[in-house]
Amino acid sequence: VFIDTKLAEQVQETRVLRADASVIRSPVARLGSPVAVVLLLLLAAALALSMTHGVQSVAQQTLFGLVSASYLALGAVGLTLIYGILRLANFAHGDMLTVGAYAAYAVSVSLGAPLAVGIVAAIAASACLGLASEALFFRRARVRNAGVLELFLITLGLAFVFRFGLQFVAGGRSVGLGVDNLTSIHFLGLRLATAQLVVLVVGILVLLAVGWTLKASRFGRQLRAMADDPDLAALSGVNTERRVRQLWLLAGGMTGLAGVMLAAAVGSMTPSLGFSVLLPMFAIAVMGGIGNAYGALAAALVLGIFTEWAVLVIDFRWKPLVAFSILLLVLLFRPQGIFGDRVAS
Amino acid sequence: MSPLEFAADLPLAVSFGFLSGWAFWIGVGVIAGIYAIFTMGLQLNAGDTGILNFGQVGFVALGAYSLVILIVRVGIPVPLAMMSSCLIVVVGAVLVGLPSLRLRDDYFAIATLGLAESVRYIAQNATSLTGGNQGTFALEIDSGRSATASWLEISAWIRDTALDPIGLGSQEFALLPLLLLTALVATACAVVLTLSQRTPWGRVLHAVRDDEQAARAVGKPVFWYKLQSLLIAAVIGGIAGWMLVLYLDSASPESFDSLFTFVGYTVLVLAGTGRYFAVILSAAAVWTLLEGVRFLDLPLEADKVAALRFVVVGLTLLLLIELRATRQAVRA
Repeated sequence: VFIDTKLAEQVQETRVLRADASVIRSPVARLGSPVAVVLLLLLAAALALSMTHGVQSVAQQTLFGLVSASYLALGAVGLTLIYGILRLANFAHGDMLTVGAYAAYAVSVSLGAPLAVGIVAAIAASACLGLASEALFFRRARVRNAGVLELFLITLGLAFVFRFGLQFVAGGRSVGLGVDNLTSIHFLGLRLATAQLVVLVVGILVLLAVGWTLKASRFGRQLRAMADDPDLAALSGVNTERRVRQLWLLAGGMTGLAGVMLAAAVGSMTPSLGFSVLLPMFAIAVMGGIGNAYGALAAALVLGIFTEWAVLVIDFRWKPLVAFSILLLVLLFRPQGIFGDRVAS
Repeated sequence: MSPLEFAADLPLAVSFGFLSGWAFWIGVGVIAGIYAIFTMGLQLNAGDTGILNFGQVGFVALGAYSLVILIVRVGIPVPLAMMSSCLIVVVGAVLVGLPSLRLRDDYFAIATLGLAESVRYIAQNATSLTGGNQGTFALEIDSGRSATASWLEISAWIRDTALDPIGLGSQEFALLPLLLLTALVATACAVVLTLSQRTPWGRVLHAVRDDEQAARAVGKPVFWYKLQSLLIAAVIGGIAGWMLVLYLDSASPESFDSLFTFVGYTVLVLAGTGRYFAVILSAAAVWTLLEGVRFLDLPLEADKVAALRFVVVGLTLLLLIELRATRQAVRA
């Protein structure tokens, strides 16, 4: 079994090489690698903003960008893995995130348990939700070879049930996790709320752990083989059904954690919390290359930092449009993703 | 105020006594009619052409806002405003379609959803143009300009000459002319689009839906047909936006939540692929179901009842998909 998995990986690598070759022939490649283009853009923007607004405020916004990148990445990695491996653009992903945040609210505010217990509840709630949607809907849809529209409609139906089920139980008003958002720490002339610092640190640690799991563990290798060719992976002895269930647990759990982190960093939430980050998460998934978890990490950094920088130039209330614009630009000019190694068909 | 919330106020009106149940159900009928028109566009795109337009609500917003702003703020005559509004919607659809119709199915859906959300954000935040969250009202007191005045005259005339003689002239039937108008527009759309299915043009759309490569192989300009389909759907959406203005007397951002598109897809799934007259029936059915939830007389807060209705929408959608899949499995 192990050797066959190796074989699947080898096949994957061949395809990656072929994909690279076709990227090199593309007109964009002639301008330099897309990663270099993005880095240059970021560098140019950083320089320009430093000159107009001062290094201090650019550094401050970068810090805020890192915080939002950490929860966006946690949500987007799950989204992109599901999208890449199951060919499923999950429009309910944002609402799974909200359910996690509200589970933490129910446990740590309503029941008065410590926030750590609330976080565990959030991870568990969203993971269960992912597993349940797989067991009830997506597995059967895969068996009957459902089309793109049918899959979309299932995720929309689930999104309605999650979001408004939550609103039915918890009401539509804005609630907070009771996290202290007032105390902040100061260093090098920068400030960061303690809650945001915790979000940043937790995000980095969890993402490192997930990154290592995907890279080095047997689970991660088999997932990558499935992303490349599910049939070949199954033939090579990967228990794909079991891996898919584990994938839903992983993606759901990360998303639930992302929900708590988002609610803690922002300070309050409503049942539409998750829908508001759905399109940014899609933007990250596409920019990173669908199915590419590391690409999503890098794209989350780019999107998070770029959005916070934009606030220096444009009015705060136009901030969501920055993510939408990035999503559209990436879809139009580089649908295979900037960090992607796979060419979109 | 969104149509959904507006409907939430109706039972209250019923309890005032001077309006009987008729006014309530006529209001439901008007919303169902607007949804039916709106969904005709989705049927043409998703049902007949196979392009997954997830941004239909953006065109509705474009139609509604452009009409109100042109009449009330700019002050141009109604017929000219209607033509310009159409033109604006078409230009919007071309700008959306030209780049994004080249994308894969799923990317097109995400891109159109992103564009519709952008339209809503702009409507919400470009306060000087759109009035922000409060919206743009169809009547401006200072100048006396009104986007609905011409329609209200026609409506009064219909009530006096046609409805009063048959005993339907009282206040509770005030919205009946609007119901007739939406029904007329919906039926006209259904007739034209059903007929178009049998034309060579309609057959090309089906070919594009069923096998894009084959359609291209026989020399059909696939992209151009997709763009036409999107343009027509957008104009239909814009007209639904006008109806919404007549009903709500304003255009405000929360009427253009992407939920609007998703409920439209629920109506579409219930109607079945490529069936336009069924869209009218299924819009009526979905809204009767939604409004029926109110008659359960639940001891709940208003936002909970509103939430329950959308849970029902979601469950209906999931149930319909499962039923259809089962039916197909039995048939196969």
